[in-house]
Amino acid sequence: MARTLKLRIWRGSDQDGALQDVTVEANSGEVVLDIIHRVQATQMGDLAVRWNCKAGKCGSCSMEINGKPRLACMTQVSAYAEDEVITITPLRAFPVIKDLVTDVSFNYKKALEVRAYEHPADLAPGEARMEQIDVERSQEFRKCIECFLCQNTCHVIRDHEENKKSFAGPRFFIRLAELDMHPLDTLRNRKQSAQEEHGLGMCNITKCCTEVCPEHIRITDNAIIPMKERVVDVKYDPLRWLGSVIRKREGIL
Amino acid sequence: MAIDTSGNGVFSEGRAKLSARTLRTDKWWLQPLITVIVLFSFIVYATLRAFENGKYFAQPLISPFYSPCLSTDCVKGSPSFIGTIFGTYHIFGMTVSPSLFILIFPLAFRMTCYYYRKAYYRSFWMSPPACAVAEPHAKYTGETRAPLIIQNGHRYAFYAGLVFNVFLTIDAIGAFRNEKGQWGHMSIGTLVLLANATFLWLYSMSCHTCRHTVGGRLRNFSKHPIRYKLWTWVSILNHKHQNFAWISLFGVALADLYVRQVSGGSIRNLYFF
Repeated sequence: MARTLKLRIWRGSDQDGALQDVTVEANSGEVVLDIIHRVQATQMGDLAVRWNCKAGKCGSCSMEINGKPRLACMTQVSAYAEDEVITITPLRAFPVIKDLVTDVSFNYKKALEVRAYEHPADLAPGEARMEQIDVERSQEFRKCIECFLCQNTCHVIRDHEENKKSFAGPRFFIRLAELDMHPLDTLRNRKQSAQEEHGLGMCNITKCCTEVCPEHIRITDNAIIPMKERVVDVKYDPLRWLGSVIRKREGIL
Repeated sequence: MAIDTSGNGVFSEGRAKLSARTLRTDKWWLQPLITVIVLFSFIVYATLRAFENGKYFAQPLISPFYSPCLSTDCVKGSPSFIGTIFGTYHIFGMTVSPSLFILIFPLAFRMTCYYYRKAYYRSFWMSPPACAVAEPHAKYTGETRAPLIIQNGHRYAFYAGLVFNVFLTIDAIGAFRNEKGQWGHMSIGTLVLLANATFLWLYSMSCHTCRHTVGGRLRNFSKHPIRYKLWTWVSILNHKHQNFAWISLFGVALADLYVRQVSGGSIRNLYFF
């Protein structure tokens, strides 16, 4: 064993809970999820933690480590000083189920609210052809592993529970951007619905979603701001509106 | 510490019962603090200079805070480009500085800039002060209503900013003259104004609205190869938008300070040839 770690792990339910001190051995090269498993195996047999791939690809082990939203499987223990106490808590934007496991069903409800891709009526399945440069922009968004760290850190819902009704959150703004940038999607008014139904205007682009994304998706620069600009095109720019009236543009609005 | 019973945000019903607004142990407060100090210093300096109404022109150098000079109150010889359309105004017996007629445009560009919005929402309004640090406000509506809905007009501030970039570029070219107005000379002031104009162009060209305008709004890049190429170039610059925002801010203040010192006689504008 390379070192002895001092941890504070939050344990409890949606009703009550507290941080509990624990000391555990750690090997070099281990990640925080390894340590949690060791604690589970040796000291807290009933410690609840959600995990799956241990490779940063399933998005299950999202939690907060020393107050920062992170994937436990991608957080090296060596990143913390020898004498540092590591505090591990569940995601603080969602209700607790038990210990480090939170109820993230809010995100699944929001996913259902995003209207799906609509294929052109005159194109049969299999006939669609797209150039690489037309799809590569939205391919970045397909890297999302749905860890919901961006949703958790977004202050619009983290600090204001009441906004959950009207705000979809950054994960679904990249979904909306992906669809709105799709060269074949024929659904009209996606921009308007991003603003009016999904709360895009609530975002004040403070970029915390981008900072915590383990897939390094440039959520704000490449999805949210482009979507905000597209919304301006159809809702707030009088010249663009006038241009669309004069030219009787029939494109997707 | 007692657990907050406000019942909102991270203290909402059902969430992990923790008393701290954040458990971050790093210096998360440092970045917003630096931003406040730097931006506040710039605001104070720019305000003082805007109201000073003097020491902004020393042939062939004009301060970026006073160009173009659109008031008849401007120092003789300072460039106006489109005429002294504002005349001279007095309020409470004091002459309105020519700077006040124009600074509103670059100010609007920076105030509505996507990067500066992040900077001042975090540091001045603490919404939030840092990631995963609870903000102090009880309610939040973002940019959905007045006055913040006006941020959606950023593109018009961007267009105005481009016009000013053209003026400041002409000023920089005009600095290839000597004190008698003869062409073919170059001084430290020439470099200062050239650097200022360059940084301002880089800041404008890296803007998210610029990126959207040149090609970002398209669905099919393959049908618009030239706009796709432009979008690609602007996207490269866009990665550094934050850097250009700060560099150009310092650049404009330093350019003004240099012209002020030369105009006031504190330093001599050294000529290379």
